Amino acid sequence: MSEVQKPDDTSWDLVIGGREKLFRPEISEIWKYRDLIILLVKRDFVAQYKQTVLGPLWHVLQPLVQTLLYSIFFAGILDVSTEGKPRMLYYLSGIVIWNVFSINLTATASTFTANAGIFGKVYFPRLVIPLSVLVSNFFKFLIQLVLFLGFLAWYLIFTDKDIQPNLILLVIPLLLIITSMMSLGIGLIVSSLTTRYRDIGLFLPFITQVLIYFTPVMLPVSTWGEEWSWVPRWNPMTPIVETFRYGFLGGTGPQTAIDWTGLLYAAAVALVLFFAGTIVFKRKEKDFLDTV
Amino acid sequence: MSATVISVRNISKMYRLGVFGGGTFRRDLAQKLGMKTKAAAAGPDADINWALRDVSFDVAKGDVLGIVGKNGAGKSTLLKIMSRVTAPTSGEIRVKGKIASLLEVGTGFHPELTGKENVFLNGAILGMSRSEIRKKFDEIVAFAGVEKYIDTPVKRYSSGMYVRLAFAVAAFLDPDILIVDEVLAVGDADFQKKCLGRMKDASRYEGRTVLFVSHHMPSVKTLCNRAVLLKHGHMELDAPVQDVISRYFSKASENKGEISDTDRTANTGIIRMTSLEMLDAADKMVDEVFFRQPMRFRMTCKSDQALKALIDLKVVTPDGMVIAHTLNIDTDPEPYSLEAGTHVIEVNLANNLQPGKYSITAGIHSPDFFTMDYVENVYDFTVLAISAPGEEENRYRVHYGFIAAQATWKRC
Repeated sequence: MSEVQKPDDTSWDLVIGGREKLFRPEISEIWKYRDLIILLVKRDFVAQYKQTVLGPLWHVLQPLVQTLLYSIFFAGILDVSTEGKPRMLYYLSGIVIWNVFSINLTATASTFTANAGIFGKVYFPRLVIPLSVLVSNFFKFLIQLVLFLGFLAWYLIFTDKDIQPNLILLVIPLLLIITSMMSLGIGLIVSSLTTRYRDIGLFLPFITQVLIYFTPVMLPVSTWGEEWSWVPRWNPMTPIVETFRYGFLGGTGPQTAIDWTGLLYAAAVALVLFFAGTIVFKRKEKDFLDTV
Repeated sequence: MSATVISVRNISKMYRLGVFGGGTFRRDLAQKLGMKTKAAAAGPDADINWALRDVSFDVAKGDVLGIVGKNGAGKSTLLKIMSRVTAPTSGEIRVKGKIASLLEVGTGFHPELTGKENVFLNGAILGMSRSEIRKKFDEIVAFAGVEKYIDTPVKRYSSGMYVRLAFAVAAFLDPDILIVDEVLAVGDADFQKKCLGRMKDASRYEGRTVLFVSHHMPSVKTLCNRAVLLKHGHMELDAPVQDVISRYFSKASENKGEISDTDRTANTGIIRMTSLEMLDAADKMVDEVFFRQPMRFRMTCKSDQALKALIDLKVVTPDGMVIAHTLNIDTDPEPYSLEAGTHVIEVNLANNLQPGKYSITAGIHSPDFFTMDYVENVYDFTVLAISAPGEEENRYRVHYGFIAAQATWKRC
């Protein structure tokens, strides 16, 4: 060993175990692994639909059935208002944007537990996995959006209902980013906690099922009445769903303007959750194998 | 004389035992609040286990370094830390160049995907870009010998084809430093040879540095020029490979030899075994014997009064099955008459055990078989697959059962 030269300290490419900077090195590393993200997305799609008859059409079926059920039970039996819009479009628009949140959340929340096998064997930036989940869920969103647009076109052409697609559509990319950051942030926190407390993972589907009632997917904020409307207003997904729907359908009932404050609030919550999630996740990824 | 490419400095890794499962949250909470729990009351170190403690070594460019040690010595932990799968508790490893580790072949292989799709996915997981994989694709497929089935889902592959394809991807990685676990213990003999050859080439002709973690000494010997020996998480030896291998085999065991009262399953207090150990020819305590090498056990017992004793020794498997049993009346038909005091008894045992792990259970009984002292699994030992130097070589490549049958074959 004595004949081995000591290289100067600046020449090391990698230091394991030292204090790491949090964000910048991570971003460039993820960029190096961008091909892996693409291949993981591809795997997701190919693997999911091999030996299924309907393939990606499954993503169309779920919102359709849900819309149908809401139309029967909420609008029909319970006579809940759809704020002057056709039931089909009202519910479907809500479900499509809500799904971005709920699917991303459930899928990223199992990052550690579902990938313990791979994580235990190979190093790559762990955030690659939740990011690939976001990308592949974006395609699922597009499929559902196309379905929705089909119905929208049909209503626009063949009916004279009060539907006015408008310029608010331009903020939809922003809505998607806010929703994705929010769901990713919560997903990362939950996935970090599930490495120690599995209960949280089991609790999550239940939470999203409850949360949908506090989001104007099938219950518009107006149904809560003056006194209780602050309840859904606390939910950062509320302005997202409302704005998304507003863009395609135009002003709905009592709400004729965009709740910009609400959107700002949602964006702030999303940012906080996203950074908190990333920090918690980065901390956990180093030693989660010891506890999982 | 060449430059250091890996510098391992004071790496330690601590595991907390027994914090999994039920009560985790309560304990965490108690810890945060500074409350005393039962575990904490047992002492702060009660559930702490150091898998690695202050391990340091350097690796020079082009070195093929073996990392060896018994189970639980910390090999895998070190490997995991170097692969960045888990972080060290303290210490630092500095690396120069691109590093790739193979703790397993075929990580991320998905059964529904075709061979081709899996090559790309697995390559990307190992850190290759798509264009890199595309360039090497034909070579990979040819190395694995699965050209005809490359567009078939791998779930239809035979396990041999699967492993070959998985290894081939790994073999065409282009790192400066390659860390390899005992994944070579896969595939048929020919393929294993091919893999070892590939690793040797990597260091000899391509100037790569290889770290090879194994307890298969023959491979370590052919492959490595240097080795480090780990024991109980400590670095025991860092030396040329031959020295490390000899130390590895000569190493005395975890067995302490002494028997404490907590080890006993039954005891009347009249007589107790105080030690039991396996000795080599030089009276040194050992816990490994070569294939068919006779074994010698020495037992010390202390009697409070004069008594007659039957003493027995059992060889048990790790599952607890007793596969051999001997009593002192095998040699002398009369039970031993023991005075009050200390007695030393030796048992020589012909070794017709198959290679594997065994343990010793021993007991002292009265002539009518009333048990006076009994210790179970008190001394673990291993029968190696290789024969003692100078003895006829063990020609078996696989071993079944526990007893190496003694048979004579004849063609009539």
